Amino acid sequence: MNGPTLHDCRQVFAEELAALAREDPRVVAVCNDSVGSGNLTAFREEFPDRLINVGIAEQNMVGVGAGLANGGMVPFVSGAGPFLTGRALEQIKADVAYSRRKVVLCGHSPGLAYGQLGPTHHSVEDLSWLRAVADLTVVVPTDREQTRAAVRWAYAAEGPSYLRIPRFTVPDVVPAGSPFAPGAALTLREGVDLTILAIGSLVPRALAAAGELAAEGISARVLNTPFVHPLDEAAVLRAAAETGALVVAEEATLSGGLGAAVAALTGQRHPVPLRLLGVSGFAPTGDPAFLLDHFGLGVEDVKRAAREVLAMAAARTPAPAV
Amino acid sequence: MLTADPPAAARYRALRQEVRAGHAERARETLRKMSAEIRLKIVEMIAGARMGHLGGDLSVTDILVTLYGGVLDLDPERPEAPGRDRLILSKGHSAAALYATLARCGYFPGAELGTFLAPLSPLGGHPDRRKVPGVESNTGPLGHGLPVGVGCALAARLRGAPWRTFVVLGDGELQEGSNWEAAMAAGHHRLTSLTAVVDRNRLQQGARTEETNALEPLAAKWEAFGWEVRRADGHDHAALLGAFAPAAAGRPVVVLADTVKGKGLSFAEDRAEWHHKVPDAGQVALARAELKEATR
Repeated sequence: MNGPTLHDCRQVFAEELAALAREDPRVVAVCNDSVGSGNLTAFREEFPDRLINVGIAEQNMVGVGAGLANGGMVPFVSGAGPFLTGRALEQIKADVAYSRRKVVLCGHSPGLAYGQLGPTHHSVEDLSWLRAVADLTVVVPTDREQTRAAVRWAYAAEGPSYLRIPRFTVPDVVPAGSPFAPGAALTLREGVDLTILAIGSLVPRALAAAGELAAEGISARVLNTPFVHPLDEAAVLRAAAETGALVVAEEATLSGGLGAAVAALTGQRHPVPLRLLGVSGFAPTGDPAFLLDHFGLGVEDVKRAAREVLAMAAARTPAPAV
Repeated sequence: MLTADPPAAARYRALRQEVRAGHAERARETLRKMSAEIRLKIVEMIAGARMGHLGGDLSVTDILVTLYGGVLDLDPERPEAPGRDRLILSKGHSAAALYATLARCGYFPGAELGTFLAPLSPLGGHPDRRKVPGVESNTGPLGHGLPVGVGCALAARLRGAPWRTFVVLGDGELQEGSNWEAAMAAGHHRLTSLTAVVDRNRLQQGARTEETNALEPLAAKWEAFGWEVRRADGHDHAALLGAFAPAAAGRPVVVLADTVKGKGLSFAEDRAEWHHKVPDAGQVALARAELKEATR
């Protein structure tokens, strides 16, 4: 099958970070031994003093980031998602968010990207954990365009943020120059019957599902909300009101990620039929693509969920008078 | 956010000038009196709030007084000045001692100390830099200060700036592994601008450190991590001033300050239960008498 070219976003992350470092001497990278897997080798060659490798010590890594920010630097603290977020969660909360230090936390290989390495290396809890931390912006870019935009946005932002840097290869799906900011959710496909909200690796799948649903006569809107926290609540509520049914799809636990945010929002403000697609339970052995399918995150799963919410919406609507 | 108290800041600058003027005996006397004043404030704050961590506040008082009174380059009227020295109180539960010291230095009006732990007071149980000028990092959970201090020292090096970074640690908190991650990094990077100060009062919340999870041989541990180790009587201001001199061996410095928990109050000294016990009216009166005596 000849599909679109797929890209791993780590390279553009590294390129954008190096570009920022050229522009601003305050930009530094801090990492936990992950120079290679974080694609920071070229950065180290160009800025040997400004790549601080603390070794395998994530709590210290995040604290060092907060101290560098205290000292007027702009640190990009970069590590594999599961260890950066899980191991150093208290540092993220106390040293970064509560201390209001502008640190850009960059979680690499997030979600199920580590595949066969198993649940110890999966980072599907990160969105639940970090969405619960006050004053921390949580960003899930989808493709190369959004990864570049996310790095630029975080650099310019006033406060700290967490960027989930994609590794699972995706095609370029976001139009160049699309707005990228909290409160600027992106409608990637118009539709009137329901809305599929998707982030990260699920965006191409949501778009494919919407395309195939159209052939069945179902008009699905695809809404992308790279800012998981704070969520573009207006866009989500508008989608609920205008299309009357929602499917949320993400490579993250169902307990507290985007789906939970959308459910809490619409449940209180504009209840509509809703299906949440995400990860529940520890993963079995398998490569990332296998695991996405295993957890019901395939194109067919998205389509099935769309049909279900439509059926629910139809059941709620009184039959038109004959 | 609290704001500076300019007259208090002026008095602080005068005090610091006197301490630094080079007359050792006068410096010691000045700092000793400042410590007694601050201890009294701490007792009043905790008695008023009916809550606090008295024992550790009193063990760390002389360390904070020596640093603020004689070592740190700071301007309480410009708490975010980029080139300031940094002090991070890693043992954030000694917030009352920090608040009383910061108020004495003019970071905010001393009257504010009366609100300690009251609803909506900026002076909560652990320091919050969003509300209290002079607080460098929000501490409370233990083992957080030293990594942040390593970052501050790395920033100074990257910027070619001369500021010094001090991290004041409890001894019990050295049981947190994050300290040793940071200690290893500081030793590796030979961060000579970084000084860690261990308030070695030998007690943690419920028992002696050595009975709970032994820290000794503590000096050997820091040495093994690449630090220059200095030992000082943590209640002798002159000894502390000497110990806080810049690094002499091309390595970060740790000062193991031997202290007494509850120092200055006859009924509280070296007693584990005074970690967070609150003095009653009679004990407050006794504390006042004992500390008044010390201010003479």
